[in-house]
Amino acid sequence: MSDHEYTPTSKAGKWFNDRLPLLTLANHLTDYPTPKNLNYWWTFGGILTFCLITQIVTGLTLAMHYIAHADMAFESVEHIMRDVNYGWLIRYIHANGASMFFLAVYIHIFRSLFYGSYKSPREIIWIIGIIIYLLMMAAAFMGYVLPWGQMSFWGATVITNLFSAIPLVGEGIVTWLWGGYSVDNPTLTRFFTLHYLIPFLILGLVVLHIWALHVPGNNNPVGIDIKKPSKDTVPFHPYIVIKDGFALLMFMIVFAFFVFYTPNILGHADNYIEANPMVTPAHIVPEWYLLPFYAILRSVPDKLLGVVAMLSAILILAVLPWLDTSKIRSAVFRPLYKQFYWILVADVLILGYMGAMPAEGLYLLIARVATAYYFLHFLVVLPVLGFKEKTLPIPLSITESVLGGSANLATAKHKESFDK
Amino acid sequence: MSDKKPKRREFLFTASYAVGAVGVGAVVWPLVDQMNPDASVKALASTEVDVSSVKPGNTITVLWRGKPVFIRRRTPEEISEAKSVKMEDLKHPEKDEDRAKNPEWLVMLGVCTHLGCVPLNDKGDYDGWFCPCHGSHYDTSGRIRKGPAPLNMEVPKYEFVNANTIKIG
Repeated sequence: MSDHEYTPTSKAGKWFNDRLPLLTLANHLTDYPTPKNLNYWWTFGGILTFCLITQIVTGLTLAMHYIAHADMAFESVEHIMRDVNYGWLIRYIHANGASMFFLAVYIHIFRSLFYGSYKSPREIIWIIGIIIYLLMMAAAFMGYVLPWGQMSFWGATVITNLFSAIPLVGEGIVTWLWGGYSVDNPTLTRFFTLHYLIPFLILGLVVLHIWALHVPGNNNPVGIDIKKPSKDTVPFHPYIVIKDGFALLMFMIVFAFFVFYTPNILGHADNYIEANPMVTPAHIVPEWYLLPFYAILRSVPDKLLGVVAMLSAILILAVLPWLDTSKIRSAVFRPLYKQFYWILVADVLILGYMGAMPAEGLYLLIARVATAYYFLHFLVVLPVLGFKEKTLPIPLSITESVLGGSANLATAKHKESFDK
Repeated sequence: MSDKKPKRREFLFTASYAVGAVGVGAVVWPLVDQMNPDASVKALASTEVDVSSVKPGNTITVLWRGKPVFIRRRTPEEISEAKSVKMEDLKHPEKDEDRAKNPEWLVMLGVCTHLGCVPLNDKGDYDGWFCPCHGSHYDTSGRIRKGPAPLNMEVPKYEFVNANTIKIG
């Protein structure tokens, strides 16, 4: 929070601010003290905000032309692509924007995992983030159904059928979700409604996410608390604004590459075939960002347990702050955790690859090993590591870690031994 | 406060909460139930199919309630293969006689009981169906033999209206 009381300089500003302290809020946001050692992995919060706004703006404009009806949805999407002025551009930004959103959120999540940003006192920020991530998956899934292509239809069928694994009430829930006895027009119209709603729920949660962040302040690459008052921080504006802005520009280059040069590479060709309830495509694959969880689902041979494993793989993240028993936040000072971290990254990438491959033979075996390891990491490695690991000495302050000159003899000695 | 008798105010609070809860429930239920199948969906409950042109060994697929229904005219070999299976080899034990009242005709929902894909005809390790989504194998009676699906493909309610017409639903 702001360290000083703010008074607007102009009389009108003061009059307004006494009645609604928006200027105090704006002042807090510009002056917000930020650790001066933040690296570029910390720019993805701003990038994600950009992604959310992009999806909302392009989504609103697409909704002006899209028709949510089983007989017309597919044609209306083609109408957007061929007839609507710049419709192709808006749709390609929206479709690739979903992928860019997930790319950024995965980097953001793995940044937290590396630097221990989920640990006390930032558990609530982390849990709100996991809820946002879950809502993102729901929104992306329902958005993928709207063009009413073959992948839309069969993806919707497979995912909604996950609920049929629930004992006793499962079938009733699926019928309720569908509004019929199969995925059909009632399903499409309600998915459109929810797809429209969820981004605004996410927007509200983003406000809470940032609010919760501004209570303890940012974590940072060395993972120690900032000392106040000190030279450990810089004001958010202009230092972080310009850094975030530069990172956003770099990100937009990647974004634009997909939109303008290869807009369909992240999609699936089968979705340009209109939905047909009589024929399932030979190979059903979800979008790339859901593949690791899809691999976990398929690696369990039992229907109910497969669904349980897949949901647990996501929900286990919510209790991560209590599974990780180490008091040291940053992996920089945790030599063993650092190695397990990179194994986890490789494990998730392997799961993603296996999710795209047919579930048989060697692929299935590897997926099973990777699934087991995923849970092992969170349920065994992290709790045990907190007690067993010999961590490196942490610097006394951020300034020390930035400038290298050290008041902490242990750190200085360690650095010397590293240099040799 | 000393005696156990509920106070007038406590009674009023409890009664108000109870009435309030009933009121909230009465408002929420219509909002939940509107998502269940509507009258026009339920009205499409049955469909009649002419099967006179189906040759032995062939399968036709018709749409009923938005779902595919497989109607297979089975060959004598397929029938004997289905009947010869031991019950203990089945994940979901059902006799072939119970699934196909007239053994020549097998009528069932063409929906994999795993996650709802449409299995492919004449494929898989058991000469029946194979689901391309997650690799479930079904035999010539539509029973699950291998893979993640928990149940046999469902036999809907149907009847022969005459020798050539099946009414599903």
